[in-house]
Amino acid sequence: MTLLEVTDLSVDLPLPRGAVRVVDGATFRLDAGESLGVVGESGSGKTMTALALMGLAPEGARIGGSIRFEGRELVSSSEEAMRALRGDRMAMIFQEPMTALNPLHRVGVQVAEPLVLHRGLSRSAAFGEAVRLLERVRLADPERAAHAYPFALSGGERQRAMIAMAIGCGPRLVIADEPTTALDVTVQARILALIDGLRVETGMAVILVSHDLAVVAGNCDRVLVLYGGLVMESGPVEVVLRAPKNPYTRALLEARPEPGAPRGARLKTIPGAPPRHRDVGAGCPFAARCELTVDVCRTARPPSVAFGAGHVSRCWRAAEVGEAP
Amino acid sequence: MALYLLQRLAVFVATLVIASAIVFAVMEILPGDAAETLLGPTATPEAVAALGHKLGLDLPLYVRYGRWIAGLARGDFGVSYAYGSPIAPLIGASLAISLPLAAMAMALSAAMALAAGVYAAGRRGRAGDAVVIGLTQVGLAVPNFWLAILMVIVFAVWLRLVPAGGFPGWADPARAFGALILPAVALGVVQAAILTRVTRSALIEALDEDYMRTARAKGVSRRAALWRHALPNALAPVLTIMGLQFANLIAGAIVVENVFVLPGLGRLMLQSISNRDTLVVEDCVMLIAILVIGLNFVVDVACAAIDPRLRSRSA
Repeated sequence: MTLLEVTDLSVDLPLPRGAVRVVDGATFRLDAGESLGVVGESGSGKTMTALALMGLAPEGARIGGSIRFEGRELVSSSEEAMRALRGDRMAMIFQEPMTALNPLHRVGVQVAEPLVLHRGLSRSAAFGEAVRLLERVRLADPERAAHAYPFALSGGERQRAMIAMAIGCGPRLVIADEPTTALDVTVQARILALIDGLRVETGMAVILVSHDLAVVAGNCDRVLVLYGGLVMESGPVEVVLRAPKNPYTRALLEARPEPGAPRGARLKTIPGAPPRHRDVGAGCPFAARCELTVDVCRTARPPSVAFGAGHVSRCWRAAEVGEAP
Repeated sequence: MALYLLQRLAVFVATLVIASAIVFAVMEILPGDAAETLLGPTATPEAVAALGHKLGLDLPLYVRYGRWIAGLARGDFGVSYAYGSPIAPLIGASLAISLPLAAMAMALSAAMALAAGVYAAGRRGRAGDAVVIGLTQVGLAVPNFWLAILMVIVFAVWLRLVPAGGFPGWADPARAFGALILPAVALGVVQAAILTRVTRSALIEALDEDYMRTARAKGVSRRAALWRHALPNALAPVLTIMGLQFANLIAGAIVVENVFVLPGLGRLMLQSISNRDTLVVEDCVMLIAILVIGLNFVVDVACAAIDPRLRSRSA
């Protein structure tokens, strides 16, 4: 069953020198219980896409296209209607659990807040529920954590609290924006396993935003690769990562360190730097750094080329991109 | 928390000791003494010396300082050279005017600053924000004595709503209150201008924090997020500035009390300085020092009550 259907989503941010398109024509869909990875470098538009879904794009941003969630159109929805959805039907987990929690409120109070807002629970009943939620995200001492202030918890504990906050009302969609980037590697795996476990348990869909291909590879059914605001490639994770049909995805895969590589061997890098949005122009945002660039890449947006099983690549020369190394 | 309070208390006492030494030293450096001033320019040196001896002005510096401090510690403020009467009732009578005046001015400026600051921060960069900023600019530029005179002309002379000056005493609280309104406004407006800016910028900073986005993502409305999540975080700097402003308020009160002919602490000090009634001046300054430091102590405790991180840092 289709939970989320995004069609030709665009986000324009107002800047002093005119509006800049940071997300351009993103199209994807998500079924209930499915997990979608959104991969891209910083500035690729992945966080802005996530915020647009939540209706939390920065003030003055113009959202174009269509976002259908549970059959309802969100782009034209009122702030009131979005507020009713946020924290209830859809929730978000943020990157930096230190700054994303209010330093002056007890953790339990913050976890309880959506329950007070959306379920009409009293503050004390919601706090009790918050303790149970903290237990559900496997915090060692949920009672203590609920009464603690955020500064007294470790990074991993804080992120667990964030997750408890997100799942409180049983959302159908949870968007996790770089949920493990600020954490130790050992904690990362456990947090990702927790999110995935909750997904399987509750049937909620998860959008996992990450700059880390490995994170997405291990935790998602499907993947969306963003570059310069454009969805370069999308499809089932194992297909996209094994047989990418886009030079950018391929370059990303080649830049991964390989187990067993000789000591001191240099990692392959992508030459050049990501485009600043106003430099993209009419062509492919990756044209300046791509090995396959031909004239048309610089002058016209690449077309979407379908390869079956929902695998789509936006590239003028998609058919010529070889197998992954 | 207990350790935190103890630390602050130690600082409080140390500050008072240093303040008392400075106050005493400065008054000693001042040329002329009470005996000369009391007897006038025609007095013979012998008469001045005799009166000086009678008042104890010829005792060594450290003896007089010791007596003064010992007296203060017992709650004995000494005897005024100029009036020959105990100083405590003099100060008590003036505090009955100055303390309510300061409290009214503080309350007024806090209320104005909170309302205007929240309003402006919520409309950052828009017309309402610009208007508030413009008004605070005017508030900052206007000296309080000038505003006091202007208000006397408008409200006392033209509109005849309140008296132009003087104090009827607290026997009639309504009239006493009325006599303090204009001075409190004159004092409070300038403070409010500064405090509004502090409130606005602290709130804008808080509004940009990640936890505000978290709150919105939970379904909290923009307005509720501002009051429940941003404002408590903005409160600590606002309270701190309020504490610091209190010293300014006292200084401003000295001027404004003179404009409105209020027999408060400011006027008592001014008269005592010209009379070289050094003990009264020293007592007054020490009292103000205690009030200012005491209030800042209260502010520190209030900030710690708001912010759990402050409590744990020193515990």
